[in-house]
Amino acid sequence: MNGSRAFLRNLNQERIVFIVAVLIFGAAVIGLPGFLTAANLISIVRSIAVLGILALGMSVVIIGRGIDLSMVAVMAMSVAWYLQLLGDGMPDHMALALVLGGVLVIGFINGFLVAYAEVPAIFVTLASGAFVFGYVRSQLIPSDAVAVPSGHWVELLGGVRYLGIPIEVFLFLALAGAMFVFLRFTKWGRYVYYAGDNPVAARNMGIPVRPMLVLRYVLAAVTAFLAGLLTAASLHSINTRVVNSTLLYDIVLVAVIGGIGLSGGKGGVRNVLVGAALIGIMLNAMTIIDISLLYQNLIKSTILLFAIIVDGLLNPRDEQTAQQGDI
Amino acid sequence: MTFRERLQAWRYNLIPDHMIGEILTKRWTDNAIPFLALVITVATFGSVIPGFFQLYSLQESTRQLGEFSLVVIGLTVVMLGGGIDLAVGSIFALSAFAAVSTFFIFDQPVWLAFAASMATGLAFGAVNGYLIGFLRLRAFITTLVTFIIGRALYDILVVAFGSKVQLSFAQSDTWDYIGDGTFLGISIPVWAAIVLALVTHVALTRSRPGWHVLAVGGSRRSAHNAGIQVRLTVFLTYVFSGVCSAGAGFLIATRLSGAGPGTGHGLEILALTAAVVGGNSLGGGRGSVVKGLMGAIIVLVMTNGLIRLGYGTGTNQMVLGILLAVAVTIDIRWLKNRHKVLNEVYVAPVYLRMGEAQSAVPGSGTPYELTNRLSEAEPIGLGELEGPEDVILDRDDNLYCGTRHGEIVRFFAPDYTRSEVFAHIGGFPLGLAFDRNGNLLSCVGAMGLYSISPDRVVTKLSAETHRSYTSIVDDARLRDPNDLDIAPDGKVYFTDSTKRYDAHDWALDSIENRATGRLLVYDPKDGSTRTLLDGYRYTNGVCMAHDNKSLFFSESWACRIHRYWLEGPKAGTAECVIRDMPGYTDNINRASDGTYWMAWLGMRTPSFDLSLRHPGMRKRMTRRLPQDEWLFPNINTGGVVKFNDDGEIVRTYGDLSGLAHPMVTSMREHKGYLYIGGILNNRVGRYRIDGADPTWTANDAYWGKRS
Repeated sequence: MNGSRAFLRNLNQERIVFIVAVLIFGAAVIGLPGFLTAANLISIVRSIAVLGILALGMSVVIIGRGIDLSMVAVMAMSVAWYLQLLGDGMPDHMALALVLGGVLVIGFINGFLVAYAEVPAIFVTLASGAFVFGYVRSQLIPSDAVAVPSGHWVELLGGVRYLGIPIEVFLFLALAGAMFVFLRFTKWGRYVYYAGDNPVAARNMGIPVRPMLVLRYVLAAVTAFLAGLLTAASLHSINTRVVNSTLLYDIVLVAVIGGIGLSGGKGGVRNVLVGAALIGIMLNAMTIIDISLLYQNLIKSTILLFAIIVDGLLNPRDEQTAQQGDI
Repeated sequence: MTFRERLQAWRYNLIPDHMIGEILTKRWTDNAIPFLALVITVATFGSVIPGFFQLYSLQESTRQLGEFSLVVIGLTVVMLGGGIDLAVGSIFALSAFAAVSTFFIFDQPVWLAFAASMATGLAFGAVNGYLIGFLRLRAFITTLVTFIIGRALYDILVVAFGSKVQLSFAQSDTWDYIGDGTFLGISIPVWAAIVLALVTHVALTRSRPGWHVLAVGGSRRSAHNAGIQVRLTVFLTYVFSGVCSAGAGFLIATRLSGAGPGTGHGLEILALTAAVVGGNSLGGGRGSVVKGLMGAIIVLVMTNGLIRLGYGTGTNQMVLGILLAVAVTIDIRWLKNRHKVLNEVYVAPVYLRMGEAQSAVPGSGTPYELTNRLSEAEPIGLGELEGPEDVILDRDDNLYCGTRHGEIVRFFAPDYTRSEVFAHIGGFPLGLAFDRNGNLLSCVGAMGLYSISPDRVVTKLSAETHRSYTSIVDDARLRDPNDLDIAPDGKVYFTDSTKRYDAHDWALDSIENRATGRLLVYDPKDGSTRTLLDGYRYTNGVCMAHDNKSLFFSESWACRIHRYWLEGPKAGTAECVIRDMPGYTDNINRASDGTYWMAWLGMRTPSFDLSLRHPGMRKRMTRRLPQDEWLFPNINTGGVVKFNDDGEIVRTYGDLSGLAHPMVTSMREHKGYLYIGGILNNRVGRYRIDGADPTWTANDAYWGKRS
């Protein structure tokens, strides 16, 4: 009796989601033939690897009370531009440096406008996402999809396996570990929480809130670039139409459903892992059941809506620290 | 005058710097930037695209504009209420589909198709409104998600039923007329947009629900405290936006007679950009329908123009992204810094070379030579009073004075130790005068001319005069009514010291030194107020001459006293009686021996006189230094001057100790005593005048003995 009460009291969103994920997993194992095979499990972890990496970048921003809607645009367009430069015959290191520079600049502009011009993050990144897509698509690349040049390291990366598991899964885990250490054990990681929980108080304490805001958006942009490289590695090309897809909302979904509150200051890497696991299992199950992509979108977005409602009820907006124009 | 000074005089006295600050105080400056952008956009694309301004071309392009404007108006209302609605694109598409399916698939009449559209928008808007208004979710992320849900729903519906629409033979003249026809040469969507814009504008600016929306957007908490149903108001804004988008969806359904996968695609970022580019503030409270419309035209002309000029995929997103980022940044920075900019540029000093003054130093032998007499004054209400600018006594010898708390305090004769609040007016009561019937009239700083009857009823007599033709800000309002006196016919002559600053900012006016003081007259017969004289440097005290044929008034920052003729050959004109006094002139009152008392609120200093000849230096000072480090006129030593009808100085009193009466703003003679007030003082002083008539009172002198 006592134990069950304690269990209920400790039932936070992360645990609920974890339980739901386990339940769905169990149901799928029983109900779906071919679900519990090594090949399918590998395809699940592979599908959530890229999503998880993007969600890691997004989480750092959200924990610091922000949001980055330009991530998918940065992910697709930076890699598309990189591959285009390679296709045009530019040396690899120069192309990489150029694109990485561009990614850093976008992250910096995002962060600068949010931190120093005090424009709401949601508008800044919406605008910068539209700009990045529009600029690269209209000025730098001639078509929607750009292929990886044959024999290039990006293509080879896609084929690397260890113990039969694709390399991006290990990369995702490594990144998650690094992020965990950063957020949990470094001074700067703790500052992210303080700034997200109450930016004014953090600033009064002497924490460099503004430079760290910029840093988070730069981190998110670099993560997006990395995720884009992995996508190109597994698909051997990058399709810029992904910008108009629902991938961006999947990222937010992973973060929010895992229990990272949109009002900032809450959550961590574990929440991302849990959220990514749930979404990965769900998507895989839906694909096996053969639900069409259109209905998948509807289901995902409805779940996201419920996640946001629950998030709104669990983490109500703090009127004391809410900023003007914080909508 | 040196050449440098002449240049300075021309630069600062002829170029109207103060207009910049006054223009910035206007709300319509918010519209100036979007309007300029509108003109530039239309002019650029109009000249680059051939046939842009032809009638047919305009009719066709404005159809889309009409639909788009409907959406933007809805979004504007949501933004004014402090929210945001990204679901407009989905509502638009779904309601278009509702109309199309009702009309083509179910073969129903047009009005039913319209009703289906509206119902769709209403329901969708209500969901958004419930989530954001009542559940208090974040507007942006919530409508983003409902937008995706709506879009997913729409995609499913279009795939499932799109082909049936193609195969339908339903037809209606009304449907075609709404889609293709024009009324008076203007297409139906434009009419719809015009009507909706007018209705919404009137509702926002002149109706209770509209004000509630603005109040909620301006400050949620205050609106709640004021008793406004915040959640319901927010809810209704989303419903309104849903209905607007549904209307637009219905119009596009009639125009295209179908619904494809591209319908409403990207509309949300387009509408958002339009609303923000037009100048509607994020976070609510500031904006208008007109701004939304301006933004709609800018964005649509620009995006359509780029397409017609043949720019490829992505260019539109690029331009929209830049436009949105720039507009939002400007909006945020402008809102944040507007008052800072205003503070910095508002003070616009002018050049003035003061004339040489005779010395007031004790022992200098001039008529202005200060004595230490006022330090002997016995205090009344010491420590109880704050800021008795003027003092006056009634026929029963009770003493009245204003305080900075907006009250008139009465001290009871004969010993003036007991006091009471005679009346509360508000503002800062300054000059006082009794009229024939014993009403106490007061010039109340920041409010106007007020009358208090003996039974304490406060009546406003005047708060405005006629507006001058060249003014930018409304100079009809009285900002700093300062002193008054009453003529035998009952007319009240009073001063309004400055048009540029409110009463409590009088010190800023001394730094600017611009001549905007006025002499006004209030006529109790018809309640009218007229401006008699304008363009003095801080008009202050007013006093009727003993023969009532003229009045004296003082001009503080120029250290002058003028006489304004009420009758005689010079009636209606003013002449300077005393110029270049060594102190800043304040209230003037009658003395028992046929002369006049006048207060000096402070003494001139060579340093401030010099700074008046360097307006550039004062301008830099106001911009770069904190206010407590500015050079102000000296108000640590004042005094009382007695002068006669010819403008000759009779005597001068001062308080050299600086303890009792450093700054003197008023004095009143009553039965052989002089009662002294100071706007920054903590007491009223009572000083026995040698050789004064111990029976003389101002009430008798003005209105005759008590009957």
